Amino acid sequence: MFFRENGQFKSTYRADMQLLPIAQDRYFVLALVAFAFFAVPLLVSDYLYLSIINPFLILTLAAIGLNLLVGYCGQISIGHAAFMAWGAYAAYNLVQRVPMLNFLVVLVLAGLVAALVGMFFGIPSLRIKGLYLAVATLAAQFFTDWIFARVKWFTNYSSSGSVSTAPVQIFGWTIGTPRDKYLFVLGVVIVFTLVARNLVRGHLGRAWMATRDMDVAAEVIGIRPVYAKLTAFGVSSFYCGVAGALWGFFHLGSWEPLAFNLNLSFDLLFMIIIGGMGSILGSYLGAAFIVALPIALNQIPEKLGVPLSTAMASNVEFMIFGSLIVLFLVLEPHGLARLWAIGKEKLRLWPFPH
Amino acid sequence: MASLPVQALPASKRLDEPPPAHTRIGPVILSVANISLDFGGVRAISDVSFDVREHEVLAIIGPNGAGKSSMLNVINGVYHAQQGRIRFKDREFAAMQPHRAAAMGIARTFQNLALFKGMSVLDNIMTGRNMKMRTGILAQALRVGPAEREEMRHREVVEHIIDFLEIQAYRKTPVGRLAYGLQKRVDLGRALALEPEVLLLDEPMAGMNVEEKQDMCRFILDVNEQYGTTIVLIEHDMGVVMDISDRIVVLDYGRKIGDGTPGEVRGNRAVIDAYLGATH
Repeated sequence: MFFRENGQFKSTYRADMQLLPIAQDRYFVLALVAFAFFAVPLLVSDYLYLSIINPFLILTLAAIGLNLLVGYCGQISIGHAAFMAWGAYAAYNLVQRVPMLNFLVVLVLAGLVAALVGMFFGIPSLRIKGLYLAVATLAAQFFTDWIFARVKWFTNYSSSGSVSTAPVQIFGWTIGTPRDKYLFVLGVVIVFTLVARNLVRGHLGRAWMATRDMDVAAEVIGIRPVYAKLTAFGVSSFYCGVAGALWGFFHLGSWEPLAFNLNLSFDLLFMIIIGGMGSILGSYLGAAFIVALPIALNQIPEKLGVPLSTAMASNVEFMIFGSLIVLFLVLEPHGLARLWAIGKEKLRLWPFPH
Repeated sequence: MASLPVQALPASKRLDEPPPAHTRIGPVILSVANISLDFGGVRAISDVSFDVREHEVLAIIGPNGAGKSSMLNVINGVYHAQQGRIRFKDREFAAMQPHRAAAMGIARTFQNLALFKGMSVLDNIMTGRNMKMRTGILAQALRVGPAEREEMRHREVVEHIIDFLEIQAYRKTPVGRLAYGLQKRVDLGRALALEPEVLLLDEPMAGMNVEEKQDMCRFILDVNEQYGTTIVLIEHDMGVVMDISDRIVVLDYGRKIGDGTPGEVRGNRAVIDAYLGATH
């Protein structure tokens, strides 16, 4: 940011290890959270909630989950939408079959179901790495697509195979309007962001990063690869499970198994690649990018007075989208978060060259 | 910090000369017996045995490809030998496991830097404390009292190591940005964070200039004296090896061809032949 840490000396380890060691960063983040909770609801239309803000927040949560696995632990997965599906269907079934459960409990249980499934599909990571692991995680995707389409119990024997949800009630608060959904999702995402930050700066996070950076050295200093990799798969899938439940209940409302197909997995992967591997902030930036870009590409020609047919518009959208991803991979493989960090570092000294 | 064993000696003696070896060196702490290691038909080590005594500095030397690094890898369980036994602190193993070696007090640095590139110096060394950290996943997620207290306790130990290695200025720097010599120090620091009883150093001075080598020698000897850590090191610089080691094991083509004090090894015919080439 436009400020420096001058004069902020740390005299205790606690002060040095806090989440945001620079005071201005703390004020800025607090102001941002306050703005999101109090100002946004006054400013924003329902359309914006439904098409941009809510999906952005929920996908951010899923992207954080995937980032914990891919960016922090270095285990690639291209089947993470599957774990979102497990979370969504687990939540659906819990709400259907055990209606007295509080939805917050349902969310946690949905996360746990996804975590179990994720850990199961993470077992191959103990033996294989890289591309081979990616192919193995693809199995999770296909298996999940298959099971929710074929096993009718999961969809409560609905004839079309799709499921639908009623508005959620928590402590007497009916979360029905887009604004209510936004506030609830925002709360969940903030809590889970904090948890993710805490995890990655604790010893579990260090075990993940050590496994990512140099697995033999990690093992030699006493980190069990089984523990590091399976916890990463578990926590990551937990996040995606919760995100899946939110996606189902607060974004889609009703959905069929195809809602969590391979495309969504790829979108999540693009988010963390563009946003920044191994960065929580990057998950936010990447999700914002992926959610907002198609809409912006759709609307900008219109605003500029360039009439485009719908078919043309969607083709142009794909082309721009594809080239942006390639550009990012070539020019800044560490994503938007790295650009942000570089900018911050430059501004620390600006306008002086040294 | 542990009290110096040296302090038991009269001050005058301490200043001019290191303590005589027999007062410092204890019984055998680690012994490898008849180790043989194959890689798909290529024999890397054949029938090598030697002992490591407590508190000593033992050097393993030998020409390239002699099996020195493989030997260290067998000792801390990265490789599993096809034959032979490893005996450490009165427990005998056919094969070590890396985490068990770490838990029992064997730490290791690497020939080609194996630091965690994406992490800061502090985090790299903190990772060496991971094995000793116990708080569960939930406590860490919420960072409640015990998790934070544990983190601070270990941070203090790590800060001592940072002070000892004189890398305070680079605490928060990503290790990838450090000069090579400093990275080697961080590697040593990460190993020290385990508070090992035996420290395996794989070419700690490779690629360093004279000043850096002197610094590294000083750190190694200080670790040995202050913490009483047993050191097993591989090194190619004969000046350094002869100077700092109590005993030297010489390997050539996977066999042991010499074992003894620097003086004995220097006069050993087989060793001279291995290094200078012999006419057969």
